[in-house]
Amino acid sequence: MTVRSSGTQPIRIEQDVVLARQTARKLAQECGMRLIDLTKLVTAVSELARNTMVYGGGGDMDWQIVEDGLRVGLRLTFRDEGPGIPDLKLAMTDGWTSGGGLGLGLTGAKRLVDDFELDTSPGAGTRVTICKWT
Amino acid sequence: MERIPILQMGDFLLVTIQVDMHDQLALTLQDDLSERISRTSARGVLIDISALDMVDSFIGRMIGMISGLSRIMDAETVLVGMQPAVAITLVELGMTLPGVSTALNVERGMKLLRERAYSQ
Amino acid sequence: MAALQQITVDALKRSESQLAVQWHADLEASGATRNLKPEEIRQQVADFLRLLTSTLEKGGSANITTTEWDDVRHFLEKLSSQRALAGQDSQQTASFIFALKGPLFTQLQNAFADQPLLIAEQVLQMSELLDGLGLHTIRTYQKSREAVIKRQQEELLELSTPVVKLWDGVLALPMIGTLDSQRTQVVMESLLQRIVDTGAEIAIIDITGVPTVDTLVAQHLLKTVTAIRLMGADCIISGVRPQIAQTIVHLGLDLQGVVTKANLADALALALRRLGVTLTKAV
Repeated sequence: MTVRSSGTQPIRIEQDVVLARQTARKLAQECGMRLIDLTKLVTAVSELARNTMVYGGGGDMDWQIVEDGLRVGLRLTFRDEGPGIPDLKLAMTDGWTSGGGLGLGLTGAKRLVDDFELDTSPGAGTRVTICKWT
Repeated sequence: MERIPILQMGDFLLVTIQVDMHDQLALTLQDDLSERISRTSARGVLIDISALDMVDSFIGRMIGMISGLSRIMDAETVLVGMQPAVAITLVELGMTLPGVSTALNVERGMKLLRERAYSQ
Repeated sequence: MAALQQITVDALKRSESQLAVQWHADLEASGATRNLKPEEIRQQVADFLRLLTSTLEKGGSANITTTEWDDVRHFLEKLSSQRALAGQDSQQTASFIFALKGPLFTQLQNAFADQPLLIAEQVLQMSELLDGLGLHTIRTYQKSREAVIKRQQEELLELSTPVVKLWDGVLALPMIGTLDSQRTQVVMESLLQRIVDTGAEIAIIDITGVPTVDTLVAQHLLKTVTAIRLMGADCIISGVRPQIAQTIVHLGLDLQGVVTKANLADALALALRRLGVTLTKAV
């Protein structure tokens, strides 16, 4: 797998969630992603960026346009230094929420992308990496 | 402060969402709408999202809330113009907006509102 | 690893026109130029030699993935995708580079006539370089071919299930044959798009011609029905055969809120009733 280009987008305030969506949309278009896949990806970005801001107390979104043989994809990592997720299994249950939302953020985002990786421990922040291929 | 305009057409309120909303804007719209319904005794609310290229769980929840609270205040809500890609994504996300009435476009939505509002 | 000697680069530059003639002749003889225009080949041969010498003169390293080789690589990428579209096979395409070896080595032999030890080393260097460029050509050729195949597959998918208009405001999607997950997805997407384009209020998905339905496909069907509702239109599923009905029940899928009809005619009758259309027989 080779990285064609990469960058970082800060997620500190609410407006940054909108910017993260717009960045993801622009990059997905560069990859030549189909409208349906692009919409799914941007929606997942919205959910995860909001989590980073609300639960992680702010963080960053790293992006990479990656190439794997014939496939081109967009890989995004959401990083924060927040409290982490104490019960991962619970957090990955549809409808469970710690913040008064619908509890569809993490599980929903996972369904919308091709690859999903979550790395967290209490007190050590959270990293979610997603990838969508064209 | 940035706000989404609410238009009044007879007994109905019309909201067209055209900007990429951040969360606070969505919450403000929810407050503004309930306030307007109560002030104008509107019989229905039409929300046009044909310009939205994405609806996430937050906006989805806002739509559900508006629909629910307007019903309590005796007004019908119709959501119109959802794009195919947005609809497919919402279903995949697990949000099916039960209880929210929908129509293809503003014209059909108004027709539906009139039927509902005046049949009671 | 020893690098290319300046003498080699000079020899290459000095004999560019000679190389071009010999290389072109070899290409013709090998049959790699079939179906291609002679003047085009001549141009490509000259262009490539020019790019190769200028890159080597600028001190291009043996690693062809570096930026110094950008121009050469882009030239080869263009060439191989053009060959792929022209219907040449991978061997013919790769021969373009490999046919350069013969004439080039002859030139090197002349240039290093009095330094036999250097010849072997320089020939090896040049050979490795050309191998790398040849492989790059094949790789991009393969990519272009696969892109062509992928596009054709997508076109075929869209052709295989047409969305038809049954009445003003009523669309039908007659599905025939085995439904796999990917096909169902593509078809459903085009149905949703057609609903927006035509403003149809009712969509009928007819699955009379579908022999079996698995969990994934059944779920796709249900998701489509939900998506159509979110867009503000209605959906009727018709032609659910007994076996499929059994599968759906066995799978424990909830068809609540989904309107089903035994056949397409019943579905159309229901659609017309909803639209307020009444049909009467002319006496």
